[in-house]
Amino acid sequence: MNLFAEAFRWIVDPSHWTGGPDISGHLLEHLSVSAYCVVIAVAIALPIGVMIGHTGKGRGAAILISNVARALPTLGLLSILILLFGIGLLPITIVLVILAIPPMLAGAYAGVESVDKQTVDAARALGMSELQIIFRVEIPLAAPLLIGGLRACALQVIATLGIASAFAFGGLGIYLINGLATADYTQLLAGAILITVLALIVDGALAVVQRFVVPRGVALGRTDPNGHQKRARAPRPRVLQEGMQS
Amino acid sequence: MIEFCGVSKTYPDGTHAVQDFSLSIPARQITVLVGSSGSGKTTLMRMINRMVEPTSGSIEIDGQDISKAEPVQLRRGIGYVMQNAGLLPHRKVIDNIATVPRLTGVPKSQARTRALELMDTVGLDRALAERYPSQLSGGQQQRVGVARGLAVDPNILLMDEPFSAVDPIVRDELQQEVLRLQSELAKTIVFVSHDIDEAFLLGDQVIVLAQGGEIVQQGTPEEILANPASDFVATFIGADRGKRRLSVSQTQARGDDRVLVDAGGYPVGVIAAPEGRLAVSSASPKSRSVSNKTDQAGDA
Ligand SMILES: Nc1ncnc2c1ncn2[C@@H]1O[C@H](COP(=O)(O)OP(=O)(O)O)[C@@H](O)[C@H]1O
Ligand SMILES: [Mg+2]
Repeated sequence: MNLFAEAFRWIVDPSHWTGGPDISGHLLEHLSVSAYCVVIAVAIALPIGVMIGHTGKGRGAAILISNVARALPTLGLLSILILLFGIGLLPITIVLVILAIPPMLAGAYAGVESVDKQTVDAARALGMSELQIIFRVEIPLAAPLLIGGLRACALQVIATLGIASAFAFGGLGIYLINGLATADYTQLLAGAILITVLALIVDGALAVVQRFVVPRGVALGRTDPNGHQKRARAPRPRVLQEGMQS
Repeated sequence: MIEFCGVSKTYPDGTHAVQDFSLSIPARQITVLVGSSGSGKTTLMRMINRMVEPTSGSIEIDGQDISKAEPVQLRRGIGYVMQNAGLLPHRKVIDNIATVPRLTGVPKSQARTRALELMDTVGLDRALAERYPSQLSGGQQQRVGVARGLAVDPNILLMDEPFSAVDPIVRDELQQEVLRLQSELAKTIVFVSHDIDEAFLLGDQVIVLAQGGEIVQQGTPEEILANPASDFVATFIGADRGKRRLSVSQTQARGDDRVLVDAGGYPVGVIAAPEGRLAVSSASPKSRSVSNKTDQAGDA
């Protein structure tokens, strides 16, 4: 308990927030590099996942690739890439993107697959083109699960980015590395707390977004006969739980 | 006019849903395809808007082979009303009705104005326009489905068991609504049903189907009722159960008019005898309402 109190005192110490590479600088760096990796992962995984969900094809391959990606030893891969490309943002980005793709992919195909087949059939029978079906029916109705995939993806990246600090990258992981190197457990714990809090805040913000994107007509459908509206539950894809266990 | 020429459909799993089906569906009439579940009704109907591609044979609409048409364009020109209404859950009633006009580039305000008019046409209160499908009753959802099917003022309207999931009272209402609409709009309606009473009530032409889309009888409701082509048809229309066997009672309703009773002795209608004699009429709309009432009395 004492260690925790000290860690908090360390975090709120004004001298750690000003001048040079301080907490705010590392925080910002951690956040921006995470965002950057998530954006790349989404740009790759979202279209592929949506197409898998829409066509029902390629699901097996996606699961296989996702499992392989998740099974890759992150630290080992990072080391190899650094040997190949040298120290820098590139190897870190590659590793994090590889790690971030599976949850987004799963969220995307599970989301689109979950859309009622009869609704999609009706949209097609009305004369919507396949692209119109995707953008006007499937994505709006799958939005909560898509954001669920994004949540899992962001969590994964923010947490894993900590280890990248072992290779001359700043970010909040720097406190873990420094703390470990100098046996400064206060600093080590402070770093761990900072990363956890950042992850929780981002996750919470996305949870709010997720609630917000539930289509109104769908949320209203969850009203019970007495007219009391049930809270729209923000669904998370299964992959998140799997990811947490490992 | 819709023309099926030797159409067959075998699904990839080997199911022969329809085999060598030929039929001419006249314009501006209601043609009802009636048959038990699995007889290929839905398959036949969905081949008209190319939601299902025939394995062989061809389908023409007004002399044009539809396999040459672009499916998306073809579907936008054909109204389609399905059993579960198939409304888009994330769109308001008014936007559901306006979906297809919006796809074809009609400006939003214009499409919405037209949608409101269509709500009047199908007997929906305009106050429901801003609701979502999940806030409507089953019957109201079906009305929205019909309004949406009519939104582009199509020549052809396909209706696949549109009223089978609503309760009987609402179903009666909706069936009457279809007859009223048809008397105003005169569309080419292809209506699929497994309910022979519905078929006889609505159809100008009724096609009785057996498994594999085999036509076992085709004709006006009166022709089929009067002369079931086979035991299969007789069983299907319930004639063998005496359900529809009507007889003229000795009771005189008024003047020389006679009361018509069913097998259970329930009065089901009156036969007018204008010249003091009972006229034997075959294809009058009256006999259709008689057949319908017969069933209600029989079920009661
Ligand atoms: N997509 C499909 N794949 C395989 N078999 C199908 C498919 N759709 C329908 N069938 C089969 O084709 C036959 C006719 O089906 P359908 O046209 O839906 O009949 P109905 O509408 O008269 O109930 C049934 O045996 C059904 O199981
Ligand atoms: Mg059917």
